[in-house]
Amino acid sequence: MAEWFYFFYTALPAFLNGALVTLELTAVGVLAGFVLGLASALGRVYGGRWLRWLAIGYIELFRGTPLLVQLFLVYYGLPGLGLTLDRMPSAFIALALNSGAYQAEYLRGSILAIGEGQMMAGRAIGLSRWQTIRYIILPQALRLAIPAWSNEPVSLLKSTAVAFLIAVPDLMTRAKALAVQTYDPIGAYIAVAVIYLAMVYVLDAFLKLLEERARIPGYSVEGKKA
Amino acid sequence: MSQPVLVAQNLTKTYGNNVIFRNISLSVNERDTIVIVGPSGTGKSTLLRCLNLLTKADSGKIWLDGVEITDPTCCSEDECRQRIGMVFQNFLLFNHLTALDNVMIGLTKVKKMPKEQARRKAVEELERVGLVDRAGHYPGQLSGGQQQRVAIARALAMEPRVMLFDEPTSALDPELIGEVLAVMKQLAREGMTMLVVTHEMGFAREVANRMIFMEKGQILEEGTPDDLFERPKYERTRQFLWKIAELHGRKAPEENG
Repeated sequence: MAEWFYFFYTALPAFLNGALVTLELTAVGVLAGFVLGLASALGRVYGGRWLRWLAIGYIELFRGTPLLVQLFLVYYGLPGLGLTLDRMPSAFIALALNSGAYQAEYLRGSILAIGEGQMMAGRAIGLSRWQTIRYIILPQALRLAIPAWSNEPVSLLKSTAVAFLIAVPDLMTRAKALAVQTYDPIGAYIAVAVIYLAMVYVLDAFLKLLEERARIPGYSVEGKKA
Repeated sequence: MSQPVLVAQNLTKTYGNNVIFRNISLSVNERDTIVIVGPSGTGKSTLLRCLNLLTKADSGKIWLDGVEITDPTCCSEDECRQRIGMVFQNFLLFNHLTALDNVMIGLTKVKKMPKEQARRKAVEELERVGLVDRAGHYPGQLSGGQQQRVAIARALAMEPRVMLFDEPTSALDPELIGEVLAVMKQLAREGMTMLVVTHEMGFAREVANRMIFMEKGQILEEGTPDDLFERPKYERTRQFLWKIAELHGRKAPEENG
């Protein structure tokens, strides 16, 4: 046991580096995924037939296949098309594409929940369709989306562990190394589980704060008076 | 006779096989207050939306200040719409904006007015509806009557040529109807051109200079309120008007009479 603590202690810097990589994967995945998701949600709700089908195709493809398969196809498959990417960029792309598809569905749901009335009211004072989406629909839809959408960063943080399978030096990869060094896989994986748990806890607190800050006075999620 | 502001000719609207209204023609002159009444499902709301180009009529033409706005080459729809104010039954304020910002947003984003100037104008409009002390409140913090008055201020801020009201008091608790009607009466006195769909017969008799009775997608009868109440051409008009007058606004003419 003392030996394990010694190894854990010596491995701590590596764990922290690994945790930073995990956070980096999560942040890029969530942010780039948000841009993709928002574009697809808007395309699916407001786009013409062409754009709508493109968005549906993307969303269904990436929600319908395993993240691991997507990651392998980006890392091992793209070179076959003449595009060879490093480990980190491959992981970024796969996570962003995957997360974007999920985020699109959260955002689409809340855009639809805002309803046609707000669009009509915006158009009635002379705002264009795009202006109404930009200034009226989205500010409300994004706020409305936060509680459900908050699942996505939390879920993605843990999903980043698949990057270990293309040897990205993330938290999971460090745990594997520690397990080998100490001959104590259980201890190593418990240690890494605790670190994931702590990160999720902090992320959750941040998301709760975001939800609170974005709340519209006098207006609750159900659209009734608070 | 004063200038026609808004003219519609032979407007027809159908959804599939369902005819909402057919061959509606009407003319709203400067300073007119016209009240449209009729049973629900008669296409009154859809008619207002067509006049505002929010819904596209299947056929027919609309002129605003002598310019045909149904002609796609004449002007942009967005430009036409800001000159036609619209007030909805369920207020439809922008829930994420304060009362002041609700009134300001059209000025800054549509009219591209500088922020300070827009703020002054918005405060003026809120004063006009008696809500300047609620400028910083969000819609969820206002009563229905207050929300509707903000919605009126929001429309007025764009300085429309004509205001369309779609059952502006139907969604309100009875004790809140009066404050909205008072604002509308004041607008009529100030000479605003208004087209109002309402069941408030007290308001109609007191303020309207013309009334239109619509049924089954057609204008059955039109005239002054006295014509329609006292000397209707059709028995159906008398029946309907007196029935809703009894239900809604019977007291109003006496109060003011």
